[in-house]
Amino acid sequence: MNGERSVFQNILIYLGALFILIWSAGPFIWQFSTSLQLDKALTEGTPSLIPNPFTLEHYYNAFVEKGLHHYVLNSLVVSLATTALCLIVGSLAAFSLSRLDVKGRFGILTVILSVSMFPQIALVGPLYLIASDLGLLDTYTALIITYLALGLPLVTWVLFGYFETLPREIDEAARIDGVGPVGLLWHIILPMSLPSLVTTGLLAFITAWNEFLFALAFTSDSDSQTIPVGIANFTNQYYVPWGDIAAASAVVTVPLIILVLFFQRHIIEGLTQGGIKE
Amino acid sequence: MTAAVSGQTPDKSRALSSALWPWLLLLPAFLSLASVSFYPIVNGVYLSFTNRSLITQDNDFIGIANYVQLLADPPFWNAWWHTIWFTLISTLLETFIGLAMALILCETFAGRGMVRAAMLVPWAMPTVVTSKMFGWLFDGQHGIINFILLHTGLIDQNVNWYGSPDTALTTIILADVWKTTPFMALLLLTGLQTVPKSLIEAARIDGAGAWTIFWHVRLPLLMPTLLIAGLFRALDAFRVFDLVYVLTGGGPADSTETLSTLSYKVLFSTLQFGYGSAVSTAMFITEGLIAIGFCVFLVRQIRRTT
Repeated sequence: MNGERSVFQNILIYLGALFILIWSAGPFIWQFSTSLQLDKALTEGTPSLIPNPFTLEHYYNAFVEKGLHHYVLNSLVVSLATTALCLIVGSLAAFSLSRLDVKGRFGILTVILSVSMFPQIALVGPLYLIASDLGLLDTYTALIITYLALGLPLVTWVLFGYFETLPREIDEAARIDGVGPVGLLWHIILPMSLPSLVTTGLLAFITAWNEFLFALAFTSDSDSQTIPVGIANFTNQYYVPWGDIAAASAVVTVPLIILVLFFQRHIIEGLTQGGIKE
Repeated sequence: MTAAVSGQTPDKSRALSSALWPWLLLLPAFLSLASVSFYPIVNGVYLSFTNRSLITQDNDFIGIANYVQLLADPPFWNAWWHTIWFTLISTLLETFIGLAMALILCETFAGRGMVRAAMLVPWAMPTVVTSKMFGWLFDGQHGIINFILLHTGLIDQNVNWYGSPDTALTTIILADVWKTTPFMALLLLTGLQTVPKSLIEAARIDGAGAWTIFWHVRLPLLMPTLLIAGLFRALDAFRVFDLVYVLTGGGPADSTETLSTLSYKVLFSTLQFGYGSAVSTAMFITEGLIAIGFCVFLVRQIRRTT
């Protein structure tokens, strides 16, 4: 499509691209710069993108005064456990739907996907009562069980899509070698699906890491609250500590952004497969 | 074949196990979805017919009383309209701007990979962080947006974006548009890339300009993707919670209250689980109607084009 563009069209395209770049990255860069500036610089005079003087005091405040590391730890435990469970349960289901003789597989897949469209606010009340009855409030368990179900539809869909691309001949070969379904999954399909498992795991991890509503409802102290809840509660009664919030935001977002940029190609592919196509 | 060689018994047991295996492997997923999604949804509908309250410890079946109260409840309709407005405007904006971005990304230019990668940043960021970030960008006193607008002469005094009922909802919509549009663009880009190059070439040889090619070749072929992406986005926008809860908490003067934040408050501030469940069930029904309406529209659209 290149080649026949006029100078005017070229200028338009580069301006558009520049706009997208500033639109996508600009606000975050501004937030990051905020985290490195003194409160005085943030509230007085002319705002500047380059921190001058440069300070780490907001990071100090976030960790030492607000105990950000508690929330980071909680989020890590919950998100990693969710990721592992999502991959196990999701790959079993996707394998069954893709390789074994399941009647009505597309009906089942549609039902699984439709779950991701339930308004979560309709689930949070009843789940709160259940968690409360079982004594699971303020525990990792309640969050992990919930996040497993939230992540499953996408994980199952994306893995199903990937398993479908693997050749059927390997199933035949495995059967002739006397390998059962579990052996086929464990020894052949999963090793072949490693790239897809990494992407899917990342998606499950991000879902759990970013979730807010259930974490807000199910947890009430820094021993179990996750980062989004922690950051939401950063606000002081009399003023908003924008610098501290920016520092905490950078701590939870920068690793995520690095991961996402590293796996960007797979993520876009995976998500379009799971969400839109077919 | 091999089973026949090894005799009757293994064959039988294999037949038995092969009938059970698929369901056994699906069981964990079913159990998880049943206990965390299907059961709570049904349970929520049941709760909406009770006066369950965690304060008074009431728990009686009261029929449709909650719904009668709901339909006469101004805060409910206030939140209902805000939610519809939010869904409509943000979905429209995200679809149009997303389409424009996708058309740009469809072209080859230096640095395209970098732009594509940068577009994932808003998507990957926790919504709570997005909310706080927009709170700072649009801060009434020291926000950079006010600074820029003031110094370019577009406003003559600081605007209290999130503090004023006139601008709060619009500013929340902006935050949502920022967060979601780039991802929408990436989805639409995948759709655009499936349009056969030969079709575009043929149109160009016939003397069609860029606009004609877009309107008569690309857009019709992109329509299904566009509609499905729009539906997913609309359903997602309809349940907006984090942005509103963190940015304004539904205020000022209830001007940003949505169905999700209203349900949350009724559930967890007043602890009226019966009435709160009625609010969320009404929301679930509205969302279902939107989805059905959209699907009917989509089927018609596809029938017309084929």
